[in-house]
Amino acid sequence: MSAPDIPADVQAAADAARERLDAHTLEIIHWHFSEATGCPFWLERRSELGFDPLKDVKCFDDLKKFPLFEDDWLRGGPVRRWVPQAYADKPIYVFETGGTTGVPKSRVAINDFRTDYEIFSDTLPDEFFPKGANWLMLGPSGPRRLRLAVEHLAQYRGGICFCIDLDPRWVIKLIKKGWTEHLEAYKEHCIDQAITILGAGHDIKCMFTTPKLLESLAEALEAKGSSIAESGITGIFSGGTEFTPQWTRFATEELLDGVYMTPTYGNTLMGLACSKPVTANEGYKISYYAPQPRAVTEVVSFDDPRVTVGYGETGRVKLTTLTNEFFVPGFLERDEGEREPPFAKYPWDGVSGVRPFHELATATTVGVY
Amino acid sequence: MLHLPALRWGKPYESLEIDEVLHFRSGEPIAKVSQAVGGIVGRDMRHAHKARAALRDIGCTELIERLKTAGEAYLNGNLPMGDGSQTPDEFARAQSASTGLPEHMCRANMQKNYFVLSNMDRMLDALTRGLDLEVLSRGYGLEDRGVVVSYQAQAPALGLVLPSNSPGVHTLWLPVIPMQIGLVLKPGPQEPWTPYRMAAAFAEAGIPREAIAIYPGGPEVGAAVLSHCQRSKIFGGLPTVERYKGDPGVQVHGPGFSKILLGDDCVDDWEQYIDLMVQSVYANSGRGCINCSGVWASRHTEEIAQALAERLGPIEVKEPDDPEAGLAAFTVPGVAQAVWQMIEADLEADGATHSTAGYGDRLVEMERCAYLRPTVVHAASPEVAISQKEYMFPFVSVVRCPQEKMIEAIGPTLVCSAITADEAWQDALVDATNIDRLNLGPIPTIKLDWLQPHEGNIVEFLYRARALQVPEDKLEQLRAGK
Repeated sequence: MSAPDIPADVQAAADAARERLDAHTLEIIHWHFSEATGCPFWLERRSELGFDPLKDVKCFDDLKKFPLFEDDWLRGGPVRRWVPQAYADKPIYVFETGGTTGVPKSRVAINDFRTDYEIFSDTLPDEFFPKGANWLMLGPSGPRRLRLAVEHLAQYRGGICFCIDLDPRWVIKLIKKGWTEHLEAYKEHCIDQAITILGAGHDIKCMFTTPKLLESLAEALEAKGSSIAESGITGIFSGGTEFTPQWTRFATEELLDGVYMTPTYGNTLMGLACSKPVTANEGYKISYYAPQPRAVTEVVSFDDPRVTVGYGETGRVKLTTLTNEFFVPGFLERDEGEREPPFAKYPWDGVSGVRPFHELATATTVGVY
Repeated sequence: MLHLPALRWGKPYESLEIDEVLHFRSGEPIAKVSQAVGGIVGRDMRHAHKARAALRDIGCTELIERLKTAGEAYLNGNLPMGDGSQTPDEFARAQSASTGLPEHMCRANMQKNYFVLSNMDRMLDALTRGLDLEVLSRGYGLEDRGVVVSYQAQAPALGLVLPSNSPGVHTLWLPVIPMQIGLVLKPGPQEPWTPYRMAAAFAEAGIPREAIAIYPGGPEVGAAVLSHCQRSKIFGGLPTVERYKGDPGVQVHGPGFSKILLGDDCVDDWEQYIDLMVQSVYANSGRGCINCSGVWASRHTEEIAQALAERLGPIEVKEPDDPEAGLAAFTVPGVAQAVWQMIEADLEADGATHSTAGYGDRLVEMERCAYLRPTVVHAASPEVAISQKEYMFPFVSVVRCPQEKMIEAIGPTLVCSAITADEAWQDALVDATNIDRLNLGPIPTIKLDWLQPHEGNIVEFLYRARALQVPEDKLEQLRAGK
C-alpha cells in the first residue's frame, strides 16, 4: 500500500493540515530558540547544533536537521532548564515516567495536559461519556501526567474524578522479581478499590483504565454477579500497547456488553493520540492519529529514522512534540507499527498495529497496570 | 494452508491474530494458528466445571475404553486438523517440519502415545495402586479391606503449558481425561500438532468436546492458563523451575540432568555398558529430560569419554526424512550458536576436555536452522562447571568423582541409572532425595516403566486423599456394591 487512493477532498484537507503544521513548526521554533521565551536547555543547545534553527528551519521537514531527541536528557536536574522563560513565573508541574530503578525522566508542564485532554474531550461521544457524569481513574497514581490529565478531563466535562492508589513502579518490580502471587494480590487490591468506589453511590459513568485492569475489573464484577455495564459505566477511554485488534474484539464481544470503549496511544512526552473509530467491519483495526500540529507521529525506517516508510509499511514510531511548553524534535518511541493514510477526520498520517519495537520487545516490561 | 483455530471447550474460535508455523528448512508457512488472548482463558475457565461434569457423566471405565478407540484413531486415522485433515504420515511430516525432529522420531512418538492410550487401564491401576476408579467418579467408596476412602478432585481441569521441542511429553497428560478432569492446553508455538490431533481423536472416540480447550498464544496466554487453573503443568528451563518451585498448584517439568553412575564394583567393566550409555545419550536426539547428560565414575573416565566419542562423534546430520537421521535441528535462530558458545566457554576451564574435538565441527549452520552434532566432554572433577550442564542435543559429560562423594555431587537428577551391586551404596541411592527415578542396575535412562509415576504421581497431583464418613446404612450399601 505504498500509494493509497486518497480521496481528493481528504488530500486537500491533508495539504491544508501540512501547511498549518509548517507554520506551527516555525512559530514553535522561534518560541523555543528566542531568549525571551525559550527554555535554558534549547537555548544552550543552539550553539552546538551546527545550524541556526531560527534561520534554517522553515517547515516541519527541516526538523530532521536536529539530532534525535534522547529521553535520557530528561533525567535529573535542574528541572527548571526545561521551563520556557516566558512561563518562568507560572506554577509548574513535573510529570515523571520510568523510575522503577534509577532517576526517572521528568517533563515539566504548565497547561499542556489540560489543553491536550480538552482537545481529546471533543472526540468523545456525549451519548457514552455524558457531560456532568462522574469518572473513575483506574490507572496509575503518583507523579503521572495521566492521573492529573484524566481528572482534568472529568472536570472539563463537568464531572468529578475518583482515583485509586496504584504504584506502577512497584508493579514492575513485582514482575521483574517474578513475585506472581504478590502481583496478583496487588492487582486485586487495585480492583477492590475500584469496585468499592463503583458501588458507593457516586453515579460514575465514565472510566479510564488499561486493558489488563479492564479484564480484571470485568472478572471481579462478574464474580459478584454484576458486570461493567451493570456497574453503571457507559464509556471507557483506555490505552496501552497491548491494545491489539484481537483484544479489542474480545473486550467488545465478551466484556463490554454495549459499553463504549475508545483506545488511545500516548505518553508523557507527546500527549494523546486518538483512534479512528474501531469497528468489527474493519477487523477491529486500531489506527492512531496524533493531535497535529501540537504533536506528530511518523512511522520511520528501522535503518534510517529520517526516512518515512510507505503507507502500509512497517517502521518505528517517531514522535515530535511542538507546544509552547515543550519541544521534542523527533523522539524514537519504543514501539513499531504500520503507516496509515490521512482520512477526513484526521487529515494527516496515522499509525496502526502499534506494538513494542521488536528489537527491544524482550527487554521491555509493557502493560504493567 | 491449514488453519488451526483456538478451541474454547471444543468450540472453534478464529482469532484476528494469526501465527504462522514455518518449515524449519524452507521457511515456508505450513499452518496458520489462531492466537488466543489471556482474557479468553480467564473467561472460559468460569465454565471449567462443565468439562468435569461432562466426563463424570460417562464414568472412568467407559472413558478408558474410549481412549483405546482414540488411540487407534490417533495412530492410524485421517483426522480433522483445523479446517483440514491429516493422515498419520502428514501429521509426522508436519511435526518434523516445524520441530526439526526427524520424521521417524515423530512416528516413534506416535507409537508411544498410542501405547499409553491403549494401556490406560493398566496405568491408572498402577498409579492409583489398584483403586476402584468408581471411587474417583463418586468421590468416595469402599476399599477391599472394608475401609471408606475418599479422593477429592483438586481442579475441574488441568492446565498445560506445553513445549515446542519434545513431542514425547504429551504422554504425561493423556491419563487426565479418564480421571474425569478436563484439559486446558497451551501448545508450544512449533508443536501445535499433537494437542489438535489428540483432541480430534478423542472427539471421534466419543470424549465430549467440551472437556478440552486449546489456546495457542504467547507467554501471556501461558500465564493465564497457570493463573486460572487450580492445577497446572508447565515445561521449561531452569528459570521456569525456579519461578514455580514451591507452588502446590503448578508442577514444573524442567531439565532432567539424568545420569548414569558406575559403582566402584562395576567400573572396571565399563566397556560392557558403552551401548547403554550411547543409547541413553543419543536416543530421540538427546532432547528428552530422560536422556543422559552425565556419566559419573571414580576411574576410567578418560577411556569412557574416548569410547563414547568414538561412537557418537562421527554421527552426521541427515535429512529429516532419512530413516537413519538421529539429530534434530535447532529451529529457533541463534539458539544452536548460543549453546555452542556456552560449551566452548566451559571448555576453557582447567579439567575440561573436548573428547569429540577430533571428529569435525560440532556446530553445523544452515540457512534457517542449525544442528549440533553429538558432543562428549571429560570433566576431571565435579567442580568443573561443564560437569553439571544439560543441552537439547546429544551432549554428555563424563565426570571423574569418588563414589563416596557421588550422590551429593550429582545434584538434582531426574533419572539415575546406577550400575552397581554394592548394597550399601544402593541403600544410599534409594534414600537420595535429589534422585527422582532410580534404576538399580544397567538400565538405560531413557527406558521408562509406564506403570510407574513420572516426576510425581499425577493422581496425587489431581486428587487429594481425605477423610469421609458415612452412616452404617450407607456403609451397607457400599458393601453391597451399590
